[in-house]
Amino acid sequence: MKSVLLISDKDNVVTCLHPIKKGEPVTVEVMNNTIEELNIMVKEDIPIFHKIAIKDIPQGEYCYKYGEKIGCATKNIEQGMHVHVHNIESTRGRGDKQKVVGLS
Amino acid sequence: MKIRGYKRANGTYGIRNHLLVIPTSVCSTDTAQKIAALVPGSVAIPNQHGCCQIGSDLALTKKTITGFGLNPNVGAVVVVGLGCDGVQADEVAEEIRAAAKPVESIVIQQCGGTLKAITRGAELALPLARLLSTQDKVECDIENIIMAMECGGSDPTSGLASNPAIGYVADKLIELGGSAILSETTEVIGAEHLIAARFESDIQRAKFLSFVQQVEKRAILMGEDLRSGQPTPGNKEGGLSTIEEKSLGCMYKAGSGTFKGALNYAEMLPNDHSGLYFMDTPGQDIDSITGMVAGGAQVVVFSTGRGTPTGCPIAPVIKITGNSETFSTMSDNIDVNAGRIITEGDSVTKIGEELFDKLVRVCNGQQPKAESLGHREFGIYKLAGTF
Repeated sequence: MKSVLLISDKDNVVTCLHPIKKGEPVTVEVMNNTIEELNIMVKEDIPIFHKIAIKDIPQGEYCYKYGEKIGCATKNIEQGMHVHVHNIESTRGRGDKQKVVGLS
Repeated sequence: MKIRGYKRANGTYGIRNHLLVIPTSVCSTDTAQKIAALVPGSVAIPNQHGCCQIGSDLALTKKTITGFGLNPNVGAVVVVGLGCDGVQADEVAEEIRAAAKPVESIVIQQCGGTLKAITRGAELALPLARLLSTQDKVECDIENIIMAMECGGSDPTSGLASNPAIGYVADKLIELGGSAILSETTEVIGAEHLIAARFESDIQRAKFLSFVQQVEKRAILMGEDLRSGQPTPGNKEGGLSTIEEKSLGCMYKAGSGTFKGALNYAEMLPNDHSGLYFMDTPGQDIDSITGMVAGGAQVVVFSTGRGTPTGCPIAPVIKITGNSETFSTMSDNIDVNAGRIITEGDSVTKIGEELFDKLVRVCNGQQPKAESLGHREFGIYKLAGTF
């Protein structure tokens, strides 16, 4: 069984298929114009089915999964870090921000 | 493809043959339950509303409970009203009678109190129960089946395994002439552009997008952050971070077909339904299933990552999980393990075929675990607070 799953080549996160320990190396193949092999050093313990960044995601940039936007980085995220509610946020239904996000 | 069903006078087919006791308001619910207790095998739905509601909110409650009475899985109905309630028993009964379904109705205040109403209700239910006991299933086509699709207690395995398996079944059922309903409008936020692109009709697409706009607007008008309710604590613990991520996983249930129509909550599918539909329901599972069954769905397929026991009073609910750990710890409540897609590398096709086989068996009489355990969760979606 693979340790992580990349769903789309546009994604900047992968999903862990089992718990992964800090320091474990993970290899991901990403297809852009050619196949790029990313060797990632996992920087924290990641629970099963949670996400790891496979590229740096600067604060304010979008996080992609399924080839689509799933939220915005609230802090600078480094490759190999755990990506979850503590460092990405949804941009939808944010009545707290009193702003209607336009729909395409 | 042939299955066995109960033929109804209006040409629909049910896969169960329930005697349903419908209270028109919260005030007659207790009496309805006591009537059902006197006639074992009948089922009463717990209506928490039906009075002091206004306009479209009152109409929706009436539509939902009437829809349950009209569902093909129901063979006969007893309607129980208090008398002064917002939803009137004779009106609900009349609509069900118009579909040529056996129906009786009583009103507690006219009977002279609950004890007399319970007796009268049971007296009317008895011959209906005995009538249903003489009815047999006949051979019919699977094209008569409307499958409601739901997810609850989701985690990332839902989008990776269980939802794609459901999508396989939806594609197959629709190809055979049946229908499938995708729902939970909150849980398409972030994926709605992908679903909108799959609508054939511009009018239906616009209707669908207006559902999504209204849900998001509601959170914004409240001045509240949708994140306080969606995703749920369990979703987040399991690894889902945002509603967008959850929605993108949820939509796999819809398979690959085009959407034929967008339905309001509890709106009935047309007679010549055959296709994929979206119904405007909340992400709350019980309210959502209630709406789809009120619209005519005879069976529910329910994807759960974390494990939920939810059933329905009149339609069997088949549970599938993409999380093998959940399948093992909650085996009492879950029917199919799609987690093998992740842990054993099984294909979506293999698991999808198993799930389709389970769907056919359940249509033909096999009970999924929620039905065997007597889970009868029921909830009517409200448009406004009570007045």
